[in-house]
Amino acid sequence: MRAQPSEYELVAPGKLSKVLELLAREPGVWLPIAGGTEVMVQYGAGRLGARKLVSLWGLPELRHIERTEQELIIGAGCTYSDLRNHPVVAQQFPLLARAASWTGSIANQNRGTLGGNIVNASPAADSLPALLVYDAELLLISARGPRRIPYGDFHTGYKQTRLAPDEIISGIALQPRFAAYYGYSRKVGTRNAQAIAKLCVAGLGRVADNKIEDVRLAIGSMAVTPLRLRRTEKVLLGQGWSPALIGEARQALETEVAPIDDIRSSADYRLHVAGNLLQEFLEGLFQ
Amino acid sequence: MSASQCEVSFTVNGAAHTVSVYPMERLLDVLRTELRLTGAKEGCGEGECGSCSVLMNGELVNSCLVPVLQAQGATLCTIEGLAQDGVLHPVQKAFLKCGGAQCGICTPGMVMATVHLLRRNPSPTLDQVREGLGGNLCRCTGYTRIFEAVLEAAQTGPET
Repeated sequence: MRAQPSEYELVAPGKLSKVLELLAREPGVWLPIAGGTEVMVQYGAGRLGARKLVSLWGLPELRHIERTEQELIIGAGCTYSDLRNHPVVAQQFPLLARAASWTGSIANQNRGTLGGNIVNASPAADSLPALLVYDAELLLISARGPRRIPYGDFHTGYKQTRLAPDEIISGIALQPRFAAYYGYSRKVGTRNAQAIAKLCVAGLGRVADNKIEDVRLAIGSMAVTPLRLRRTEKVLLGQGWSPALIGEARQALETEVAPIDDIRSSADYRLHVAGNLLQEFLEGLFQ
Repeated sequence: MSASQCEVSFTVNGAAHTVSVYPMERLLDVLRTELRLTGAKEGCGEGECGSCSVLMNGELVNSCLVPVLQAQGATLCTIEGLAQDGVLHPVQKAFLKCGGAQCGICTPGMVMATVHLLRRNPSPTLDQVREGLGGNLCRCTGYTRIFEAVLEAAQTGPET
């Protein structure tokens, strides 16, 4: 049943410090809402549990992209449009820019934020595999102060994260040290726009003297969280091109993913296509 | 528990408005019921179909996914704001000329997405048109003529 607006509170304090004060006063009570591309869908369908919401939309502290000497800091309130239109993101982190460009539609990209996508923690989210392979770190903030954690440690289970009830993500830090890597990303779905992925992959690799010197792979929609493929990477590391390598890598992949049947696809299809994408990545890497 | 109403002020199609609303009311509903601007339509109500597209501070958004409080102080443009002094906008003319509408439910959203696209990219390729309108669904499936209308509007030139 449709939600009744009179039953929901929404406040827009307009300053990050005031948002954090509110979250500290009643931790877990106030649901932060940024561009609303997830929360408003739940709300519209009458499935939103929270009755008190606090708006993060338009907070200047969260919407900026900043370059320091060592890294690029993307404000958590940056939209997908901000990401795909930013020259440094496109140049240094093309896998992220590409994922942003095939998330939702233009209207959703104008509202959906990277921070919101991370907190929403969908295993199918398009841009999260890219963050995993780029070794992103998350800047978290609460009234208690800031902290920083590797993004790879953030998801603890299906829709479970390390975010404290009084905390929000303020930014995403990326180190621009992958410029010389071969990059690969692909979304498989009924269409790029709007359709949620059946699976999505991001990969980075570097080959020297026909040997894989470094390789980083991550996959979405193949487990309860976006997943870094550590076992597959281990099998590939130090190896040269051989027809057998693809088979070994596919076998390793099968041991570390746990795809399911759902409305978008089947476990069998996902597993088979994931292997194909892995092969496509390797062929590109050794080209 | 119930929330209290608040006042939200914004500019819609050049006119300033202040409305008394619940903060979580959807912008789409406020436009349609308070302001009687019924051009933006509700299709899916979940950001998939684009029938409720409007421009908020120049950005294309699905108004069904915008809580009205987040439009505080915004400049909004709906399909009703495109024609000036009874003269249709060039994009509207192109849709008419090319027959880029069948039942018409998706048309306001298609036109708004086109205006947004052409402001950023005045000479899009067909692929760029498909991407720019990727979030707007036409269940009559009349996409070919819609895309022709967008290319026609691009050829006719920028807005006057």
